Amino acid sequence: MSNFLKASIGRKLLVGLSGLFLFSFILVHLTVNLFLLAGQESYNIATHFMTTNPVIQTIEPILAIGFILHIGISVWLTFWNQRARPEKFLKVDQSKSSTWPSRNMFVLGGLIFIFLVIHISNFWYKINFTEIGYIEHGGEMVKDAYTMVATSFSNWWYVVIYVAGAVFLGFHLNHGFQSAFQTIGVSNEIWRKRWTVLGNFLSVLIAAGFSIIALYFLLKTL
Amino acid sequence: MNKLNTKIPDGPVAEKWTKHKNKIRLVNAANKTKLDIIVVGTGLAGASAASSLGELGYNVKAFCFQDSPRRAHSVAAQGGINAAKNYKNDGDSIDRLFYDIMKGGDFRAREAFVYRSAEVSNFVIDQLTAAGVPFAREYSGYLDNRSFGGVQVSRTFYAKGATGQQCLLGAYSGLIRQMSLGKVTLYSRRDMLDVVIIDGKARGIITRNLVTGEIERHSAHAVVLATGGYGTIYYLSTLAVGSNASAAWAAHKKGAFFSNPSFVQIHPTSLPQLNDYQAKLTLMSESLRNDGRIWVPKQKGEKRHPNEIPEEERDYYLERMYPAYGNLAPRDISSRAAKERCDAGYGVGKTGMSVYLDFKDSIAKKGKKVIESKYGNLFELYEKITGENPYEEPMRIYPAGHYTMGGLWVDYNLMTSIDGLYSIGESNFSDHGANRLGAGSLMQCGSDGYFVLPVTIGDYLADDIKTGKIPTNHAAFEEAEKHARDKIIKLLSVNGKQTVTSFHKRLGKIMWDYCGMVRNEEGLKKALKLLSELKEEFWKDVKVPGTMDELNQELEKAVKVADFFELARLMCQDALNRKESCGAHFRDESQTPNGEAQRIDEEYSYIATWEYTGEDKDHNLHKEPLEFECVKPKARSY
Amino acid sequence: MNLTLKIWRQKNAKAKGSFVTYKLEGASQEMSFLEMLDYLNTTLIKKGEDPVAFEHDCREGICGTCSLYINGRAHGQDSMSATCELRMSRYKDGDTIVIEPWRAKAFPVIKDLIVDRLAFEKILEAGGFISANAGAAPEANSIPVPREHADKAFDAASCIGCGACVSACKNASAQLFIASKVSQLALLPQGRAEAKSRARNMIAKADELGFGSCTNTGACEVECPKGISLAHIARLNREFLKATL
Repeated sequence: MSNFLKASIGRKLLVGLSGLFLFSFILVHLTVNLFLLAGQESYNIATHFMTTNPVIQTIEPILAIGFILHIGISVWLTFWNQRARPEKFLKVDQSKSSTWPSRNMFVLGGLIFIFLVIHISNFWYKINFTEIGYIEHGGEMVKDAYTMVATSFSNWWYVVIYVAGAVFLGFHLNHGFQSAFQTIGVSNEIWRKRWTVLGNFLSVLIAAGFSIIALYFLLKTL
Repeated sequence: MNKLNTKIPDGPVAEKWTKHKNKIRLVNAANKTKLDIIVVGTGLAGASAASSLGELGYNVKAFCFQDSPRRAHSVAAQGGINAAKNYKNDGDSIDRLFYDIMKGGDFRAREAFVYRSAEVSNFVIDQLTAAGVPFAREYSGYLDNRSFGGVQVSRTFYAKGATGQQCLLGAYSGLIRQMSLGKVTLYSRRDMLDVVIIDGKARGIITRNLVTGEIERHSAHAVVLATGGYGTIYYLSTLAVGSNASAAWAAHKKGAFFSNPSFVQIHPTSLPQLNDYQAKLTLMSESLRNDGRIWVPKQKGEKRHPNEIPEEERDYYLERMYPAYGNLAPRDISSRAAKERCDAGYGVGKTGMSVYLDFKDSIAKKGKKVIESKYGNLFELYEKITGENPYEEPMRIYPAGHYTMGGLWVDYNLMTSIDGLYSIGESNFSDHGANRLGAGSLMQCGSDGYFVLPVTIGDYLADDIKTGKIPTNHAAFEEAEKHARDKIIKLLSVNGKQTVTSFHKRLGKIMWDYCGMVRNEEGLKKALKLLSELKEEFWKDVKVPGTMDELNQELEKAVKVADFFELARLMCQDALNRKESCGAHFRDESQTPNGEAQRIDEEYSYIATWEYTGEDKDHNLHKEPLEFECVKPKARSY
Repeated sequence: MNLTLKIWRQKNAKAKGSFVTYKLEGASQEMSFLEMLDYLNTTLIKKGEDPVAFEHDCREGICGTCSLYINGRAHGQDSMSATCELRMSRYKDGDTIVIEPWRAKAFPVIKDLIVDRLAFEKILEAGGFISANAGAAPEANSIPVPREHADKAFDAASCIGCGACVSACKNASAQLFIASKVSQLALLPQGRAEAKSRARNMIAKADELGFGSCTNTGACEVECPKGISLAHIARLNREFLKATL
């Protein structure tokens, strides 16, 4: 085990595994968000479930650990990798040999991180820790997250930030998804193609899914 | 002549090796650790020898001029490696392999050596397989064989078109393992400049560190040369550009005899020279001849595109002249036939120095898919280099210098005429006679390196267990180092106008024209004259830039070319001496009425072994008669 | 054709290097790339300048000696080929070509375009072999190897050790090089006995030597003259997992 953690591959494996875990979270997140399109009541109930269900509450700290691992090790590896080429090439043309996202995971990750901070303070923090309006659904008073979201997305600039975040995330996953399977060794000639196709599909789905919701609310205000 | 004791044991040829192994002296395990061995060259022979010696417990120092042993030129062998496993149940046996090599070599090899290689060949396959060499397999999981180069059985083991690479990497991995265990120390990027002789025994070498330029001394109880062949003497050849004769030549000048230097195999299917800038010729696998038909136009100076030349105006000359083997005639015969046609004015291409290799009929018969699956990568390579598509129009090919059967004389223990100096693989002359069979080179290298040398070297080293470390401050080291340094200083001080490469090109042209595929007395004499003039010019007008205390590639080349001049002279002398034609050595004066090689067994059934007598002096010839107990020399018919 | 060549010149390992621009006249599209450099060197020697040091040997794409990072790509623009197989017909009159050595901490420049790739040897020394002494090998056919495995092992083993993967990688990772050996030997029954220590030790050695880690960009696979697949890296990852967990 110590060999595992000491080796660059071992650490990279943790990035991949935590990435896949975070990816599963994103899927759940998107699913919940899609309730926004179904209306105020559906979404508020879904949010209420997510903020009160004990299972979800237990997973939340694990999710936080996932983020910390994913980000922490990636940053460490990125700097480690920088050291591997102290003198840079004068002219680099990697456009034929690799995809843009695959070369810019750190940048994308950084942008997503910035977005994450904004996003968490705007939504998650507000829903969990601030007093927002309550509304009655099926005889129970729940936080009216729907209205909060709708209000936020009525700001065009916030929609721009949000859509940009979703697109960055899409690019990040575009490489990250198939890369994670490669890293944990669940890949070969055939499966790599499958993971790539699936990754392309899912990354577009996620970027589009999150964006559409924001745009939907923006359009509604027009 | 006492130096030419072959030490071949008595008895029937099939029992000699076993008998010899049982009789020779050995060094016990504890004593081996007190003995140092230098191995120069890390191709299949050198790497397998160094690793095997390390496994036995000797302290080995391995040297190569490349940055890594893995780049030695064994890496480029394409076709395969022979062994008498008889996996195909097609009647193969050690005896038959032995006979095929003898016949392929036109009965100019020693029976005992050839038999031993054939006998050991099976173990080489076992060893390489165990080392992880991914030889081609049948669906059953058992090893596959193919037929190769004019023999009637399928005995060639192969790994696609990269058999040499895979075998070398197998041996190299063994070497790497001994390095990791501390039994082998690798000195890469070193050119061997001289061998050091103390009291008549090889005790070390002088090298130049190619990075720092430092001249270094290395001592050992025995020195093994596994330095390959000298085909680059032609400048353009299929060999790696860095291949050279310098280590072997340095040994020769110190007293190691050189045998059959003029026996050089010219490979028939190389890409023709395209222009004057060309630095080497690219080999196209001989396997192409299985499906390609070779032809030239019947009309001299034909200018039409090959596809426009109708069938009846094409001369499929190999099929015409050698109906039994047709396009699969042995290498030397195919090569000469191409040269003959081109010299007669029927050649094609811009220079008129190439012939067509046409796949039209095979594609029509078997389909493009089949041809593509067999030769796709070669066709791509061809198109990449020439810009012509072999599926649409015929390839153009021409022979190129490929393998040198000649080399340092060795006895049955693979020891040269200098005590304690050994020579293995292509650098010795021993196993292929006047022509080498396809897939025979890797076989010999593996045999020598894994199974012969590691045993026989003990016989010599048994006397050295009490010697102790060889000091490098002995006067002989001093002198050899000074000699090496002086030569370099001399080269640097000429400071003329012409580049080393321009001299090499001119030297190569002389050798190719007069001591290549076809030789005659007049040409060889002319070559000797031209060589001596060119050599003089070289030493007056060569330009070697830079200094000796740095990485200096021009200097490295210059050292090699300087040696080539001397070797070239000996090659011509040897070719002049042998007035018969045999194998790859074709003398105009000695041919059958229909233009085939005519051996003269009564006069030339011997190994021509040459002793160095001094610069620009004729060498002394020692004739070692060939004795045939098992095979009866007869005319090769193909 | 006339070319502008921007070439890295560095006197030795300790010296500071820089790019020097050469105007080369009279090159031909019939030349190979390395013949074009030979030609440049001839002109330099005649002018009394120091020729450009670059490595090459077999000039047919199998020895792995040649290197060069040409216009931003390892071994130039062609896929599945080494620099020695690159032809000048791929360039036009008036082109500017930037020629750089491999760059990685583990591949220090020795002179001009020549780098030291000893690090690869060190990685192999950590386990890139099967410990089979000469003489101890069983009869070759006593261990059948499924053809599919043998073919895959061959594909992995076709690595020529040139270092293009390291150069092509934005992280200067040697993962494809390591994978080619680990995968080859893992696929063969002969190599299973030492599979665990091999994967573990070779990875550890590469880390120690200062190679970067793999981020699966796949550039190595594209620039590898032998087209060795990333699937071998996936197998390496599996072997590593098996070996360490």
